[in-house]
Amino acid sequence: MSRDLTQPASARPHRKARISYRAALGEALAQEMRRDPKIVIMGEDIAGGMGAPGQQDTWGGAFGVTKGLLGQFGRERVMDTPLQESAIIGAAIGAASNGLRPVAELMFNNFIGVCMDQLLNQAPKFRYMFGGKLTTPVTIRTVYGAGIRVAAQHSSAYHSILTHIPGLKIVMPSSPYDAKGLLIASIRDDDPVIFFEHIGLFDKEGEVPEEPYTIPLGEANVVREGSDATIVAFGRMVDLSVTAADRLQTQGIRCTVIDPRTTSPLDEDTILESVAETGRLVVVDEGNPRCSIATDISALVSAKAFKSLKAPIEMVTAPHCHVPFAPVLEDAYLPNPEKIEGAVRSAMGFTRV
Amino acid sequence: MTEGVISRWYLHEGDAVSRGDEIVDIETEKVANVYESPHSGILRRKLVHEGRPVPIGALFGIIAARDVKDAEIDTYIENFQSAFSLTEASTGGASAEVVDIPGGFIRFLKQGDGAATAAVFVHGFGADLNNWLLNQPVLAESRLAYAIDLPGHGGSVKDPKICNIEELAAAVLRFLEARNLSGIHLIGHSLGGGVAARIAIDRSALVRSLTLIAPVGLGSDINGSFIKGLVEIDRRKDMQSLLEKLFYDPALVSREMTMGVLNAKRVDGAVECLTSIAEGCFNGGHQTHILRTDLVQLAVPTQVIWGEADLIIPPQQAANLPPSMNVHIVAEAGHMVHLERAAEVNGLIAHFLEST
Repeated sequence: MSRDLTQPASARPHRKARISYRAALGEALAQEMRRDPKIVIMGEDIAGGMGAPGQQDTWGGAFGVTKGLLGQFGRERVMDTPLQESAIIGAAIGAASNGLRPVAELMFNNFIGVCMDQLLNQAPKFRYMFGGKLTTPVTIRTVYGAGIRVAAQHSSAYHSILTHIPGLKIVMPSSPYDAKGLLIASIRDDDPVIFFEHIGLFDKEGEVPEEPYTIPLGEANVVREGSDATIVAFGRMVDLSVTAADRLQTQGIRCTVIDPRTTSPLDEDTILESVAETGRLVVVDEGNPRCSIATDISALVSAKAFKSLKAPIEMVTAPHCHVPFAPVLEDAYLPNPEKIEGAVRSAMGFTRV
Repeated sequence: MTEGVISRWYLHEGDAVSRGDEIVDIETEKVANVYESPHSGILRRKLVHEGRPVPIGALFGIIAARDVKDAEIDTYIENFQSAFSLTEASTGGASAEVVDIPGGFIRFLKQGDGAATAAVFVHGFGADLNNWLLNQPVLAESRLAYAIDLPGHGGSVKDPKICNIEELAAAVLRFLEARNLSGIHLIGHSLGGGVAARIAIDRSALVRSLTLIAPVGLGSDINGSFIKGLVEIDRRKDMQSLLEKLFYDPALVSREMTMGVLNAKRVDGAVECLTSIAEGCFNGGHQTHILRTDLVQLAVPTQVIWGEADLIIPPQQAANLPPSMNVHIVAEAGHMVHLERAAEVNGLIAHFLEST
């Protein structure tokens, strides 16, 4: 990345230190668009009003992340698209392989089915098939996860399906700080990145530096340290795991909580080193359990840290069914701190006979 | 930094404790450290469980004489907690501010008040104002105490052109002018020591006293591979091994401290600034600015504090200074002597400031 070194990189800060996950994402987009004119953003209602006589910039995307960018960067770089996911993702990938650096928004990850040719057979294979002569620097932002009563077709967590595909990088920020640093790193990355924003985290606040910064893709964050059990959790599951770990701490059970932050690449070393120390693993994930990131990490640890395991690996995931609409059932479907505590206790209570 | 974790209690309620005894281990995002008792007495109350994060400045235990009544202790706790939650609510704890200076801006943290002469802390290469978290609050009990981020560091302007001691000192002077500070006690660590010394030499009227902690400027040697590593390393494990060289006890380097250093370097422009400062001040593993000749003639009262086991700048560089400069070599401490032996260093600073 080139920058004019005769100019100071930073501008004087002017906002409060704590901002929301939503604002952190918006700030990352604005700062990167200012830095690099090749960045364009596109998606359904990411501004709102394009091609119509009514009010412009009414939406900022379904969750308000891109609001205000139209005024700063104009219609050339902030494009509302038709309600046609295969076209949005296809156009972004085509533009990326031809010199732009697009950030496309897929309103819900549930709509990924119709974009699968682009994401399975096109974008992740260009660099591979053309001997490195073609890169695809595209970022696809999408919303996933349950908990806000929007039913089966808008609530799934399909990160595991995409993690399966070589050539895609999969990012799942759990905090405002990570959201900004990981989105900037994703945009600057020369490979296709799928960026999963949890539907329940947009209002979460935290300290976020105002200057642009990056977090390397593939570096886990260790949120709590303890020597009795290792909890590996993704996205919104990180907060639930921290709640469980803090409760267990008061009862004398000390947990390490690892947030890998990206499922691909995966920071295997941090997980394996921790399990070598604790001997117990609990994987917490909001996705369905079969062929998932939870089973993937369990397989990794059983293969590479088998000797240090003191108890069977525990998985806390959604069940093998779709997200229910009934509130009481949706709550039962999701992992929660009680389930995580139970899994840790179960691992602690295991004895060989 | 807003909170820390009491990771281990060394005492039970009812145990007798003497001043200087180890009471708890505290882990923060900057450093893991043992906290030594500031007073003698009986540990009457433990108010925080091991492993629980607590905000900076919170009450975690009560030491009192045996004859202090339980009811008095309860009243004290109640008063403290209500006053504390009030400050927390109104200010969110003391938070850093930013002031414009010609050519940029400086982030600073202001703590304390009082009529006594103000003190200004200047950190070392690759650090930031949080480096003084175990020192600034103690000094701020009796006076106004500022800690600043040098240009290229923390939340201050990232301008790679500000890359040698003269330019860094000029920026700090502009900060002092912007805040109307003069006649101050200047306390600098490592590179910040060189900056503080430069200011005292050039503008001695501004400086009431000078405390140099493991400063640059007194000799040529400096650990060049440490400087290179600090600029270049981006992996946690490698950075942790590197940072262990800063301490006599390497176990003090926490994962959070390591991540704090890496996160600071991942801000746009930070590595460019560190690179240009390293070139401007420590080119080829040698110090560029030797201030010894000017320092020994300085009329400003000066003390020098150095960790005996400093692996970055050899403490031998404190040799052959005039007796008027008070030199203290602290045992079982590395380059970060002000963190590793905070109570001792705070005592030295407080005593020196009182005497000038």
